Formats: sequence, structure tokens, C-alpha cells
Amino acid sequence: MGERMSRPDDAAIIVTGAARGIGAASAQELAADGWAVAVLHRNGRGDAEALVQQIVDQGGRALPIRADLREPDEVERAFETAQQELGPVLGLVNNAGVRADNLALSITDEDWQLVLDTNLSAAFRLTRRAMRGMLRARFGRIVNVASVVGPRANPGQANYAASKAGLIGMTKTVAAEVARKGVTVNAVAPGFIATEMTKDVPPAVLEAVPARRAGQPQEVAACVRFLASDAATYVTGTTLYVDGGMSA
Amino acid sequence: MSTTTDTTQVEQTVYKSLETFGADPAQIKREATFEELDVDSLDLAELSQIVEDEYGVKFKSSDVENLKTVGDAVDFIVANK
Repeated sequence: MGERMSRPDDAAIIVTGAARGIGAASAQELAADGWAVAVLHRNGRGDAEALVQQIVDQGGRALPIRADLREPDEVERAFETAQQELGPVLGLVNNAGVRADNLALSITDEDWQLVLDTNLSAAFRLTRRAMRGMLRARFGRIVNVASVVGPRANPGQANYAASKAGLIGMTKTVAAEVARKGVTVNAVAPGFIATEMTKDVPPAVLEAVPARRAGQPQEVAACVRFLASDAATYVTGTTLYVDGGMSA
Repeated sequence: MSTTTDTTQVEQTVYKSLETFGADPAQIKREATFEELDVDSLDLAELSQIVEDEYGVKFKSSDVENLKTVGDAVDFIVANK
């Protein structure tokens, strides 16, 4: 049997790193589109709770869940909580990401592992877990938040670049594996977006951006919303650059 | 120890799953090979998850490689329940 063309009404979506920035904006967009949203965060309890309240006030459904995604047991626990409290998890936005910048010569094993575990391995574990229900439902939407860094160089970020390029590689292969079962897997690749993570980036970077401004988290979130929507049924394995023309 | 009831029950689970994967119900029988039924490795991975959830039987990749027919899968599950 083939795919289901539209999202079941009770479907839930997990957004990691959802307390702030692109994750929070995505959670809001997805809730507005009718998803019940699990707002995963590691140490952003206040922000996550405020975001959930905002979504609920607007008539949506959401739940804050604290989890350290570097711990496989916590990934499993968070997934189960989302499923029990919100409904079948048929959407996943792997957004949680950290930076630990240094020239490759000086990146410690710890900083390499921290970035790869958080940005890539956690995304894989959640993807593997979520696919079980998605395959059975013949419907699933996975969106991985990658970066322009990875497909292109950025000195000082070998660990971050490896994790984001890895996400794009994973996106393509998993997409090809499950496409015929109604599960789509895509990535967005944000450029310079005004968030907590980029607040220390010098404004001179904007000279490399044809749009001559930083992007807003909402501008990435709109693309996440589209890729997770019924409108994107035939879009899979792709990477949507949201970078003001930086990669053009 | 397996019983006839076990085998019938497992057969039902496996047959139902194969139908969901798109196999022709008229072709699903113990002797049918997964290849004949057009059931591929992703379908078998999904079947492994269903069986694990329902019966607690875990398939290793090497186990799955040795299952050629529907009967092989049913017998494997019953023997490992």
C-alpha cells in the first residue's frame, strides 16, 4: 500500500532545541498549521514553558519536554512522553544544535564529540525511533535543520561543518529508503540568522550575503512549516537553502 | 514451547503485515518467497519492528537474511517467542 496524502488530525511533531531561535519559531509555525508540538529543550525551561503557553493561548496544543539528547535513554523517554501526552508522533524537526568553534588543529576530542553527538547522532536516534510509527502510518515528515556551513567551508567550525554536512547526507539516504512509504525527509540550510547562536558573529559577515541582512528565525520556520505540510508531499531528500542568496 | 494457536496467531500477524506492505493477498502463503511477494528489505525491517512490538522477538540483520519464505518467518518467530 502506498502513502497517505494528508496528515492525520491527531498527529504530533517533535521539535528539538525548541526553546529559542529557529526551533521556537518553527514550533509556533507548526502549531499554527495544526500540529500538536512537543517542545524539546535541554536547559531552556522558562522559555519553553512560555512558548507552550503562547501556543495554547492561540488555540494550539503543545508540551514542554526536557531532555539531554546526547543521552540515548533520554531520547527514548522524551519520545514516549510526546507520544503519550500529545498523540502519534508523525513529525520530527531535528533542530537542536551547538557550536564549539576552534581551528581544526585545536579542536579537542571533547569538543568534536559534543558537537557531533548533539547535532548529528541525536538527530539520527530520534529519526530511527520516529520512523517506526511513521512507516506504519504511511505518513511522516522529518525536517533536519542543517546549515550553509558544511556544504561550504567556514574556518573554525570543522566539527560543526562535519555535523551539518552529515545531517544533509543522512537526510538524502533516509529519504530514499522510506520515500515509497509516505515518509518525507528534508533539510533546511539556514545562512546567517539572527539568533542567540550567532550574536557574536561580526556584522562584516553580512557583506557575503546578497540580501545584505541577517535572516529572521521566522523566515526559516516558514520553510520548515512548508516541508512538514501536506503541500510538500512530493518533496523529499532535498535541502532548502534559507540564506538570503549566500549559496547562490 | 510452541502450540498450534501460537503458529496461527503469528501467521495472522505476518499475513496482515504483508498485505499492508502491498503483497497480493491471494499470493500470501507459507511457501511464498518474499521475492515473489515483492516484499523488500525495508518491508522486512518494518515486519521486524511489528514482531518485536507484538511478541518481543528481536530479529538480527543476519536472521532476516536467512528468511526466504513466509513460513521461514513464521517459524522463526514461533521458535523465538
